[in-house]
Amino acid sequence: MSDLPASPPPAPPAAPPPDAHYLDPGRHHPVHPRPGLTLLVGTRKGAWFLRADRAREQWSLDGPVFLGNVVHHAVLDPRDGQTLLLAARAGHLGPTVFRSQDGGHGFVEAARPPAFPKAREGERARSVDQVFWLTPGHPSEPESWYAGTSPEGLFKSDDGGDHWESVEGWNAHPSYWDWTEDPDEQGTPDGSPLHSVRIDPRDKSHMYLATSGGGVFESTDQGKGWAPLNEGVEANFLPDPYPETGQDTHCLDLHPLAPDVLYQQNHCGIYRLERPARRWTRIGDNMPKDVGDIGFPIGLHPRDPATAWVFPMDGTDVWPRTSPGGRPAVYRTRDGGKSWERGDRGLPPEQAWLTVKRQCMAVDAKDPVGVYFATTNGEVWGSRDEGESWRCLARHLPHVYSIEAVEFPE
Amino acid sequence: MKVGIPEPLRGYTRALEVEARGASVHELLDDLERQYPGIRFRMVDEQDRLRPHVRIFVDRRRVSDLSTPLDGSEDVQVLQALSGG
Repeated sequence: MSDLPASPPPAPPAAPPPDAHYLDPGRHHPVHPRPGLTLLVGTRKGAWFLRADRAREQWSLDGPVFLGNVVHHAVLDPRDGQTLLLAARAGHLGPTVFRSQDGGHGFVEAARPPAFPKAREGERARSVDQVFWLTPGHPSEPESWYAGTSPEGLFKSDDGGDHWESVEGWNAHPSYWDWTEDPDEQGTPDGSPLHSVRIDPRDKSHMYLATSGGGVFESTDQGKGWAPLNEGVEANFLPDPYPETGQDTHCLDLHPLAPDVLYQQNHCGIYRLERPARRWTRIGDNMPKDVGDIGFPIGLHPRDPATAWVFPMDGTDVWPRTSPGGRPAVYRTRDGGKSWERGDRGLPPEQAWLTVKRQCMAVDAKDPVGVYFATTNGEVWGSRDEGESWRCLARHLPHVYSIEAVEFPE
Repeated sequence: MKVGIPEPLRGYTRALEVEARGASVHELLDDLERQYPGIRFRMVDEQDRLRPHVRIFVDRRRVSDLSTPLDGSEDVQVLQALSGG
């Protein structure tokens, strides 16, 4: 990998397709889809494609698309390798979803973006403020997608992200207002999001989600009903530090090949759970005490359920949420959290106060696995040796909100 | 009647001034949506509340009630404010 990305190749402007809903190309730059590994980078001011060569040696930036729009999440559908959705907020003009069906060359806006139902008489009215999270649905439902929003809403599309419906099993759940933060009192910047929508690859009806004000919830009937799954997870900011709900899950993931293995990076540490058990184990207790186990993202190895990566941040005092001591490192476990190894070769040794948000760590599927993280100061870092050593792949981007490692097909 | 469109919404209309009709601001927004799908949700949320940075002026008077009647002779301007960096 080079220290700095190579310049993207010049190309003629893209002609808009004959579609009345096509977004004015003046609002984004043409991109040049090509096969291979790409990091989809969502930022506070647009999205970029950071493309790798076969050796993951040279990286080049393509974009921006939707410059000036908040892009919380950019996700490629692994089922077709072409449908790409952006969870966006159009400047000050509210939330939406932008869709591409050709790998990012052209985009249209969702015909019906995620929106709560109109409140009935006597009901509290909710409006989607941010579309925050996107998850492609189960492979048996090739057009399905889920979206998480702030306030904590869950929405589903059955037509590739064009029309979105409220998942009333969550949004109208009798305990919704107990499980979520009051929209008028939300302390989380940009509101309290619903995120980490995870679908059991063995069973489309079995799902998990997480929120920043409620913790982890599980459904076994494709979102019609939900139950908390927070035993053993601390919430040290509440009078009862181990409540049924109220935990602050920062990021939840399940292992794609061992879907009974769950990991979460929480406001109060790193946890692992192996179903059908219901009680989480705080594997962050095995981190070095001077580093702690506070952070936002967690990344899982695509093949080994015992391997995961975290990016610790300072959760002491007033919570700087920067690399502890100004010495950034990624920590890796290869034994399910019993022990952790520090990986900092290539990262700045001191005076580097990095913050990495919950959607800003990604892993690729190659061997050895590539691991990536991106920072609020617009840097993207990568390792192609499973976290042993690191190089900066891009810098000078806006505040990064998300990265996803995807493979565009040949 | 003529409706002034702010620059951030030009991607929908391809013009900064368009023709639309309606007997109220609400109907006018519905007509804009019919002509330019998606534009209404950028101005009004799912609870029919104007988004915080959107302002509508009818004959230079700010209107926040979408049921405000129109007779077709008005000059309507949609403006969008900016804040933050």
